[in-house]
Amino acid sequence: MSRAFVQVDGVALRHPGADGTLALENCTLSVAEGEFVAVVGPSGCGKSTLMRLVTGLWRPTAGGVVVAGQEVTGPLSIAGMAFQNPSLLPWRTVLDNVLLPLEVVRPHRGRFRRERAAYEAEARALLASVGLAGFEARFPWELSGGMQQRASLCRALIHRPGLLLLDEPFGALDVFTREELWLVLQEVWRTRRPTVLLVTHDLREAVLLADRVLVMSARPGRIVAERAVPFGRPRALEGTYTPEFGALVGELRALVGAARESPASAKEMRGAPDAA
Amino acid sequence: MGRPMRRSHAEAALPWIVALALALLWEGVVRGLQIPEFLLPAPSAIGASMAKWWWPLLDSSARTLLNTALGFALAVAFGLALGVAIGASPLLYRALYPLLIGFNSVPKVAVVPVLVIWFGSGIVPAVITAFLISFFPIVVNVATGIATVEPELRDVLRALGAGRLDIIRKVGLPRAMPYFFASLKVAITVAFVGSIIAETVAGNQGVGHLMLVASSRFDVPLVFAGLVVTGAMGVAMYALAAMLEARTTGWATRGQRDGLGFGA
Repeated sequence: MSRAFVQVDGVALRHPGADGTLALENCTLSVAEGEFVAVVGPSGCGKSTLMRLVTGLWRPTAGGVVVAGQEVTGPLSIAGMAFQNPSLLPWRTVLDNVLLPLEVVRPHRGRFRRERAAYEAEARALLASVGLAGFEARFPWELSGGMQQRASLCRALIHRPGLLLLDEPFGALDVFTREELWLVLQEVWRTRRPTVLLVTHDLREAVLLADRVLVMSARPGRIVAERAVPFGRPRALEGTYTPEFGALVGELRALVGAARESPASAKEMRGAPDAA
Repeated sequence: MGRPMRRSHAEAALPWIVALALALLWEGVVRGLQIPEFLLPAPSAIGASMAKWWWPLLDSSARTLLNTALGFALAVAFGLALGVAIGASPLLYRALYPLLIGFNSVPKVAVVPVLVIWFGSGIVPAVITAFLISFFPIVVNVATGIATVEPELRDVLRALGAGRLDIIRKVGLPRAMPYFFASLKVAITVAFVGSIIAETVAGNQGVGHLMLVASSRFDVPLVFAGLVVTGAMGVAMYALAAMLEARTTGWATRGQRDGLGFGA
């Protein structure tokens, strides 16, 4: 395995405020360069918090985060992010939405005006690779939810980030669209090979896409189990119906179930009336 | 969009038809009940008065329009700046918002005498009153648009290294534009209220002053003529704002042109 690209070391995060909840505690994980890692866990376990820590949007209360050999102390421009909500700008065309990061991120922002044609060509190629060729001039609200999510994915990828952070990106889509986008994401990853951290609550999604699946405990979240996914690439949807695939999903399902009933969660339950 | 042409023509004519019907009803009631002219003049009498006094009316309304436009322009500039500032900074919002609400609750007619003491009667109190009365809706709307940027979008941009100004410029301002234009439509109509209040209380010019003089002479048809002209100017300015809105923020109505505009 190559050296760790993302290293999260004993991280804790308490939300600000006198009775701020402890979202993460003693959370440790590492992701190798070019690796695809999925994080699964019960809802509210701090998965999204973990994402924000890795991008440097939030600072941990304790512990440290190292990305690409550097301690994370502020927002990280080598990261691209996509969320469950595509959050595209309705006044911009699909193409201009995808180009948005280039207007902001260094060093592209200085060159953007001069080299707009080149950037545009790149954005068009990227849109075509996710099946959005011909929709560049449309507005987001003219697109279906799945198409909006494809555009959102392009926006996360346009500045060629070394690290891609996906926070339940397909959570709001119907099953068929979701499965289609799994394959799109797999292709994008195979051709560009970014390091990916995918937060999801869909275990099939995690097993189909990831090299490794990490299981998080209930709040305060930490990594309690880890399973490597042995299947070769590219993985096809049919593979998800094989017994081996089903067995791994079942095993993860049991781990998540156990994580929900972990002592940490019981403690949280007892503490709940105080918080209310 | 997508509607049969004939129906959209009929819809465009609808306000005119209603206005005409109301005028006819009014005329009928005044004639039928023989209401004296100094109580309620009939539309025909108002029309005759407009024809007779066309020059003073035109002159006064031009001055009122100028006062209103100046006050409104100030309100747009100031309202936009203050709206962006308090929308972007929760601290400023908390510091200034209660003051703004208190200020907005003061009836502006009470402020006019103070303005006259400071600036004398004439154009300045009218412009300032129009400004004072119309900046508040602009501030509130722009601040709302800026403050309600989606957190995920903010995260996406912040993670890319965007500063506060970048986020305001790329997302906040474009996002606030529909709110801004909606507020313009409110602000322009109340700006007329402001300038006419000042002209009535302390002016020596404008439609407000004209109506004051006319009522002191019991020339009630001329008072009504002044009201009609003011209403017409208000509608015209509103239509202008609505047209501008449709041109610049068509995305906000998602391509449907059935909003609150003037079918632009």
